[in-house]
Amino acid sequence: MDSFSDFIVIFASGLRLSVPLILACLAGLWSERSGVVDIGLEGKILTGAFGGAAVAYATGSAWLGLLGGVAASIVVSYVHGYASISQRANQIVSGTAINMVCDGLTALIGNAIWSQGGRTPQLPDSALFHDIELPFADALADVPILGPIYAHLISGHDIVTYFAFLAVPLTYWTMYKTRFGLRLRAVGENPAAVDTAGISVAALRYAAVTICGVLVGLSGVYLSIAQAAYFQPHMSAGKGFIALAALVFAKWRPWPALATCILFGSLDAAAIRMQSAVLPIVGKVPVQAIQALPYVLTVILLAGFIGKATPPMRFSIFRWEKPKSPSSLSKVRKQ
Amino acid sequence: MSQPLKPLPAWADVALLPLLNVTAAFVISGFVVAAIGESPLRALQLLIGGALGDLEGVGFTLYYATSFIFTGLAVAVCFHAGLFNIGVDGQAYIGGLGATLAAFAFGILPWPVAALLAIVGSAVFGAAFAAIPGYLQAKRDSHIVITTIMFNYIASALMGYLLVHVLIVPGSMDPKSAPLPASALVPQFYQALAPLGVKWPVTPFNLSFVLAILCVVGVWALIWRTRLGYEIRTVGANSSAAIYGGISPARVTILTTLISGALAGGLAVNVILGDEQRLILDFTSGFGFVGIAVALMGRAHPFGIVLASLLFGILYQGGAELAFETPKISRDMIVVIQGLVVLFAGALEHMFRRPLALLLSGFSRPGAD
Repeated sequence: MDSFSDFIVIFASGLRLSVPLILACLAGLWSERSGVVDIGLEGKILTGAFGGAAVAYATGSAWLGLLGGVAASIVVSYVHGYASISQRANQIVSGTAINMVCDGLTALIGNAIWSQGGRTPQLPDSALFHDIELPFADALADVPILGPIYAHLISGHDIVTYFAFLAVPLTYWTMYKTRFGLRLRAVGENPAAVDTAGISVAALRYAAVTICGVLVGLSGVYLSIAQAAYFQPHMSAGKGFIALAALVFAKWRPWPALATCILFGSLDAAAIRMQSAVLPIVGKVPVQAIQALPYVLTVILLAGFIGKATPPMRFSIFRWEKPKSPSSLSKVRKQ
Repeated sequence: MSQPLKPLPAWADVALLPLLNVTAAFVISGFVVAAIGESPLRALQLLIGGALGDLEGVGFTLYYATSFIFTGLAVAVCFHAGLFNIGVDGQAYIGGLGATLAAFAFGILPWPVAALLAIVGSAVFGAAFAAIPGYLQAKRDSHIVITTIMFNYIASALMGYLLVHVLIVPGSMDPKSAPLPASALVPQFYQALAPLGVKWPVTPFNLSFVLAILCVVGVWALIWRTRLGYEIRTVGANSSAAIYGGISPARVTILTTLISGALAGGLAVNVILGDEQRLILDFTSGFGFVGIAVALMGRAHPFGIVLASLLFGILYQGGAELAFETPKISRDMIVVIQGLVVLFAGALEHMFRRPLALLLSGFSRPGAD
C-alpha cells in the first residue's frame, strides 16, 4: 500500500502544479475560441500574480488580493482586446508586446516599491489561501485505496485549486450548452455569419477576453498567494507558454485541456522527483529531457503525427498580414 | 466617419506615422518613470550620457546594436514572407553551439580561416534549427508561431543539458565550455585598431559589426534585388497569388526560415566569438525578442533596422548606467520600453492613422476631387 500512497502523493503534487496551467489554458481557450489569439498568457499570469501579491500585502486579505490580481489581469486583457478587436491589429504582435511589458513592468514596480530586486515581502498568513481539509479526511486516511485518494488527492487543497477544477465543467457547459457559448464559438469560426445574424462580433469577443482575464488572473493569484507567499519577477517561468502548448495539444477543447494540463503538471512534478532517478532500460533520464517533453509532444502533435490540431479560426490569423488601413476598410464596407 | 479619407501621403506613411508610434511608446515610458517617482528628463539625460557620453559607452552601445541588427534582420526577413519567427532566441542559442563546435574542430587552423569556419558553424546550426519549424509550416501546416515558441524552450533544455553534462570543463561545477581557441575568435576593435595606432577603449565591440553591416546590405539586396526576394515578397503579400505566378510558397517558406536562422546565428558570433570566448548558459539574454521590436520599429527594412538597433543599443547600454545611478529604475525599464515599442509600432501601428489623415486632409481640403 505504501507505494500506492507514494504514487498518490506524487500525483497530488502534479495536480498542484497543474492548477495554474488549467486556469491559464482555459483562459486561452475562451479567448481563442472567440477568435482572439492569445500568446500573451505568460504576461497576464505575471500581472495577476503581481497584482494579487501587492494587494494582499497592502490589505492583509487574500480575497482582496484575488480581486486585485484579477482586476490587473483584466486591464491587460483589454489592452490586447483593444488592439485585436477594435484596432484589428496583428494579435501575435500584440501578445508579444503584452508579454514584454508585463514582464518588465511587474519587476520594475515591485523593485521601486519594496527595493528587494522586484520581490514583494513575505505575505502575512492572513493574506494567503490555505489548504482546506475536507471532513473526515484524517479519519478515512487509513481506508485502503479510497482513503489515500480522499485524504491526499481530493481533500487538502486551497480554494483556487477547487475553483480551477470546477472551471472545466463550467467552461464546457457554458461553451457547448448555452446560447452565449454557441454564439461565442460561432464568432471564432465565422465572424461574418454572426455579424449577418445581427449579433455584435466585438461585444462577444470583449466578453470572451474578459473571461480570459479573470481566469488567467486567477492563475497568477494562485502562484503568488496560494502556492508561494510572495511575488517574484518572472515567477511564471514559462507557464503561460506551457498552457498555450496544452491548449494546442487539447485541440482547443475543455476536457482534453484538463487532461493535458494534468499530464504536463505531472511531468513537472516527475522532473522534480527524478533529479537523480535511474529508470530501467532507459537508464538515467536527464531532467532537461522531461522539461522539454511538453514542448516536443506539442510540436509532434502540431506536425500532424498524432491527429491534427486545427485551430478554431477559419481565417489563418497566425499569419503576418499587413492590416488594412481603416480608410480602405470603410471603402470596402460601402461597397 | 462615413466619408472615406484620402490615403496618407507617402512621406507621412513612411516617416511621420512610425515616428508618432515610437514617440507614443517613449512618452508612456516617461509617465512610467514619473509614476515611480523619478524625473523622466534626468533619466533620459543619464541614459544618453551612459550610452554616448564617452567612447567606452559608445563601444558598448555599438556592441549591443550589433546583436540587435542580426536578430532584427532575422525577424524582418520572415516578416517579408508573411511569417512570424518568434524563435530567433532559440535559433541564436543553437547557433552558439555550432560556433563552439566549429571553433573546437577547426581551432588548429590559422586565424581568419578558423574564425570564418566558426561563423559558418553558427549560421548553419541556427539555420538548421529554424528549418524544422519552417519545414513543418511549409509541408505539415503547423503554425510557425507556436512551433517556434516551443522550439525556444526545446533549445533552452537542450543547451542546458549539453552545458551541464557534455560541454562542461571536467571537474568544474560552472556550466561553461572550455575557452575557445584564439584563432577562432572575432577580434575586438581595440585589438584590431591597436596596430594602426588608433586608441579605442577596451569594450566588447568587435568585428562582428562589419559582418552585421554586410548582412544589412545583403538582406536589402536579397529582398529587393533578387528573384528569391521577389518570391519572398510575393508569398508574403498573397500566397495564393504566388501559386498562380508559379512560385512555390512551401519552398519560399523553408528558404526564408533558413536565411532567418542563419542571421540569428549572428547573435552568437557577436556574443560568443566576439566577447565571451566560451559557450555559456543563456547568452542570448532575450535579444532574440528585442529583434521583434527592432524589426517592427525599422518597418522590416534593413536600414530602418540599423537605426532601430542603434536606438536599442543606446537603451541597453544607457539603461545599465541608469539602473546603476538610480536604483529605483531597474534594467526592467528597458524591457518595458521594448514592449511599448512593439505595442505601438506593431500592434497599434494604425491607431494614429485616422487622426493623422483627418489632420492632414484639414490642411489640403479635398475640394479638388
